[in-house]
Amino acid sequence: MTGTVAALIRKDLQLERRAFESVPAMLMFSISIFVLFHFGLDRGALAGDLAAGVLWVTLLLAAVLGMNRLFVAERDQGGFDGFLMAPVDRTALFVAKVIVLFSFLVAVELVAVPAFVVLLLDPSPGQAMPELLAVLVLADAGIAVVGTLIGALGVQTRARDLIIPLIALPLLVPVVIAAAEATAPLLAAQGAEPFPARWLAVLALYDAVFGLLAYAVFDFLLEE
Amino acid sequence: MAATATAASVPAVALEGVGRAYGERVALRDVSFTLPPGATVAVLGANGAGKTTLLRILAGLLRPHAGRASVLGAELPREAWRARGRIGLLGHEPMLYRDLTVRENLRFHARLHGVPAARAEALTEQVGLAARADDPVRTLSRGMTQRAAICRAVLHSPELLLLDEPLANLDPGGALAVAPLIGRTAGPARVLISHAAEAGLAEADWVLGLRGGRQAIWAPAAQLRLADVRGLYA
Amino acid sequence: MTFGRGLRALSIASAVLIPGAFALVFFYAPNDADQGFVQKIFYLHVPMAIVTLCGFVAGGVYGIKHLRSGDRAHDLRSYVAIHMSLILGVGVLATGSIWARASWGHWWVWDEPTLVSFLIVFLLYACYQPLRFSIEDPERQARYASVFAILAGAFVPLNFLAVRMAESLSHPRVLSTTGGAMPGDMRITFLVALVGMACLFVTLCKYELASKAASMQLRALKRRLAGDDGLVPLNRSAAPQQL
Repeated sequence: MTGTVAALIRKDLQLERRAFESVPAMLMFSISIFVLFHFGLDRGALAGDLAAGVLWVTLLLAAVLGMNRLFVAERDQGGFDGFLMAPVDRTALFVAKVIVLFSFLVAVELVAVPAFVVLLLDPSPGQAMPELLAVLVLADAGIAVVGTLIGALGVQTRARDLIIPLIALPLLVPVVIAAAEATAPLLAAQGAEPFPARWLAVLALYDAVFGLLAYAVFDFLLEE
Repeated sequence: MAATATAASVPAVALEGVGRAYGERVALRDVSFTLPPGATVAVLGANGAGKTTLLRILAGLLRPHAGRASVLGAELPREAWRARGRIGLLGHEPMLYRDLTVRENLRFHARLHGVPAARAEALTEQVGLAARADDPVRTLSRGMTQRAAICRAVLHSPELLLLDEPLANLDPGGALAVAPLIGRTAGPARVLISHAAEAGLAEADWVLGLRGGRQAIWAPAAQLRLADVRGLYA
Repeated sequence: MTFGRGLRALSIASAVLIPGAFALVFFYAPNDADQGFVQKIFYLHVPMAIVTLCGFVAGGVYGIKHLRSGDRAHDLRSYVAIHMSLILGVGVLATGSIWARASWGHWWVWDEPTLVSFLIVFLLYACYQPLRFSIEDPERQARYASVFAILAGAFVPLNFLAVRMAESLSHPRVLSTTGGAMPGDMRITFLVALVGMACLFVTLCKYELASKAASMQLRALKRRLAGDDGLVPLNRSAAPQQL
């Protein structure tokens, strides 16, 4: 199983490096949205819950781009068939794709979050870094799990670019709520406030529930 | 049924009354035949007769809606996993990632099937693709892509080959190069879809003729002439 | 396929309970001290909401049954439950909005966590039929719909939890009644309304199931008589069309 997952991840990273379809697009999209928010809100500097909201909505919308592209190569180039005929555990595809989407999100955030700090954030989040990282990791895990599942669900339908965000965004509302609530005190104007750890618990619960569900249900999406 | 049935006596394909529908449209109805190991069956029929559906059922990608199907001794769909990795499919699509190179594609499939990379290299040389092995598949001509797809299909040394127009787009040199891999002398049992009825008849031990999803012909190739199969294309 | 079992008894029960509940609401239940007569929409809004959410979760349960057994009858039940709940859901949002307007002067209040959660759930389930419609192969359509129903069904409680946690600390409940235990006469009225709404929901679902099963059987008979070529092919549809 780990061998299969490794082979799948390697193939996807090779494809991404060769074709550059997902990560640059997600990144450019994020930065554009930051600029749009600047003009839309007519503010140069955000703090507290407004900053948290802008950050998470942007990351979520960028994630949707990644979800849309996640299974397109499999669908259009016969990748599903090739995989289905191999003597491997089919859930390996799910695990591999979750890891790939997660790493795309991390790659985007490595640039987008500093960009956000530079472009829009008023206070410096320096001391709150470890907590911020924890929120990012847990939220990305939830987005990756749900995004992979809905990406697989949507790629076989006709209007895949519409269906995927329409289904995924409501499903990810709890992630937005928890992540924004957790991040808001970290970005407060007067310097980072104490951190409400219960939102991390909500994120962890969400990740666990949907992770297990998705693991159980993914195989049914692969059959014809 | 003898308790000591050897591997050689298990038919490559055994279908009994197999049917498959897409919603209300019946693509295959009541198809029954048995293919001994190592033998070749040519599947002939007009467009839309159900040939591709049959191939995908044998590959384990489609579930039969009626009847019983078993491939390499594994009953589909219940035991489909037993036959996985022992079947090679060459369909309409090459099943290769267009942005990856030939080498990367074959290595990926080799890893999925647990086959050493050296075999992928050897095959690439054998079909004459060694010079283009590091070019992305999207830069290859259709004939070259077909050769690469053939490599992918036989990489894991399958016992059953499912071939949909294997020689399409190949020049005579290419056809010669791939003959030891997918031709009559290659070894595995073969289910061969061909639109060139004459070539199909020449290649095969048995002929399965489909018309409108139904089985119109099942006979040894030696007993059939071209005129007998013309009726399928009427 | 016997989907219509007990239909007559249920219809009679609904026909008795719903008007009965209305009678209780207008003549028996007391007027709320703070909100006055308007508060009585609560007896319509909350039972509808509870039944809708149970319908969504039931859709998920039938989805699980369908995936485990492959029996498309479960997919049909799942479809009808979700579809019926979606229709009721429109009613929930409308009555919630009316209540908010009458009590607080705004057509929508973000401070009421259950209403907000409900909106999110509704937006999610509104994708169910477009999803089904966009998949042509009926088998695949049923399977994907079941996957969706299971995910969405598991989502409902998680969502309510998250929204509740987000709102509860900052704002008090707006559309609540007497802030706690309900007095006896309100409780009775509420229970009757709840049971009546549940009966109505189940009755309507059974009607739809029986009707669909009948048209499927009719079509199957026509096929046997006329042969495959004698029939006009079915159009694409979000609803299951054959079992």
